Amino acid sequence: MAASRVLSGLQRAVHSLAALIGGVFAAHGAKAAPLPPDRAEAMYHRYSGGGVTSDGPALLVRKSLADKVSLTGQFYVDAVSNASVDVVTTASPYKERRNEFGIGLDYAVRDANIALGVSSSKEPDYKADAFSVDVAQETFGGMTTVSLGFTRGADKVGQRSLGYFDQAKHWQYRVGVTQILTPRWLASANLEAIADSGYLGNPYRAARVFGAAVPENVPRTRSSRALNLRVIGDLGSRDALRGSYRYFWDNWDVKAHTFEAGYSRYVGESFLLDGFVRHYRQDKASFYSDDAQVQQTFVTRNRQLGTYDGNTLGGKVSYSWRKVPGQYEIKFNGALEMLRYRYSDYTDLRNGSPYSLSASVLQLYVTANY
Amino acid sequence: MLACVWLLTIGGCAMPQPWVKPHERERLADPILQWQGDLLSSKNSQHVRDIREGARGANGVQGGGCGCK
Repeated sequence: MAASRVLSGLQRAVHSLAALIGGVFAAHGAKAAPLPPDRAEAMYHRYSGGGVTSDGPALLVRKSLADKVSLTGQFYVDAVSNASVDVVTTASPYKERRNEFGIGLDYAVRDANIALGVSSSKEPDYKADAFSVDVAQETFGGMTTVSLGFTRGADKVGQRSLGYFDQAKHWQYRVGVTQILTPRWLASANLEAIADSGYLGNPYRAARVFGAAVPENVPRTRSSRALNLRVIGDLGSRDALRGSYRYFWDNWDVKAHTFEAGYSRYVGESFLLDGFVRHYRQDKASFYSDDAQVQQTFVTRNRQLGTYDGNTLGGKVSYSWRKVPGQYEIKFNGALEMLRYRYSDYTDLRNGSPYSLSASVLQLYVTANY
Repeated sequence: MLACVWLLTIGGCAMPQPWVKPHERERLADPILQWQGDLLSSKNSQHVRDIREGARGANGVQGGGCGCK
C-alpha cells in the first residue's frame, strides 16, 4: 500500500515535471523577445579640432538566423593626425591608424535577450581586446525591462621606441531598468561600475613639477561608478523629446555631471530632423596639477583629468531614400556636432593662457533595414 | 508600523497591474523613441567623448580600443 502511494506520488511528480517542461517549451515557441532588426550601416566619420584630425570608414552588418539568433559584424577605422597642444609642447606631431573589429551574437529566449560580443582594436603602440555579455529580461507584463551586463577588457600598452612594455585590465559591471510610464513616455536608470588595473597613463605625456617636465605617474588601479537617468517621450506631433543626467565619481576624486536634452521630428514622409545640447562639467583628480609645487608620488598633467567644462551642440538629418514597408528601407544621414571645452587649470604653454578647445564631429552614413 | 503591515495584509492591497496594455505601446516602438540612435553614429560620438572626458560608463554604448593620445 505504501509502495503504491510512493509510486503514485512519483507518477504525479513526473507528470508535473513533464507539464512544466512542456509549458516552458510551449512558451518558448509561442513568445520570444524580439531580436534586433536586420541592418547594415556604412559611415565616414571625421573629428577635427585642437590640432587633432581623426577620420575613417566604419561598417556594420547584422543578420538574423532562424529568428533565434542575430549575428553582427563591424569594422571601424581611426586615422589620427595628432598635433594637439600637449603633443606639440612636449613631443613631435605624429600620424597613426587604429583598426577595430567586432563580432556580436544576440539570442532571444522567452522574454529575454542575451547578447555576446568580442572586439579587438589595434594601433601601432596599443592593443585592446574585450569580451562582453549582456542580458535583458522583460517583466511586469512587458512594461519593465531589467538588464545586466559585464565586459572584460585586456590591453597591451606600448611605446614606439620600446614596443609593448606593460598591460592593463578592465572590468565593467552594469545594471539597468527601463520602465514604460505611459503609452508615450519611457524612463530608465543605468548604473555602471568600472575597475581598471595596470598601466593607466600615457608613456608620451609629461607632467610639470616646479616648472620642469617629468614623466607622469598615475596609480595602477582605478575604480569608478556612473549613474545615468533618462526620460524620453512622444509629444504627439510626430516628434519626441528626451533628457538625461549622468553623475560620475571615482577613487581618483574625479566627479562629473553630464546633462543632455534632445528633440526629434519627422518632416514630411522622408525626413527626420534631430537636435541636441549637452553640457559636461568635471572636477579634477586628486593628483592632477598644471604645475605641481610639492613632491608627490602620483602626478599628471593629463587635461582629461583636470577641471573643465564642455558644451556640445549637435544636429542630424535623415532622408528616407527607398522604403518598401515590411521589406526594406534605405536612409541617407548626415550629423554634425560642435564641441567646446574650457579648461580651468591647464595652461597653454605656448601663450600662458588657460587652454580651450573647439572641435567638430562630422558623420555621413547610409543605413539599411531589410 | 504594525498598523501599516496589518492594513497592507488585511486591507486587500494588491500588486499593481501593468497599466499600459500591449496594444497601447505602438508609439513607443517608433525609432525616435529609442535610447540609442544609429549604432555606428552612437559609437563614434561616444568614442569622441570617452577619450576627451574623465567620466565614462552607463551610456549603453560598448566602446573598444584606445586611440586616446
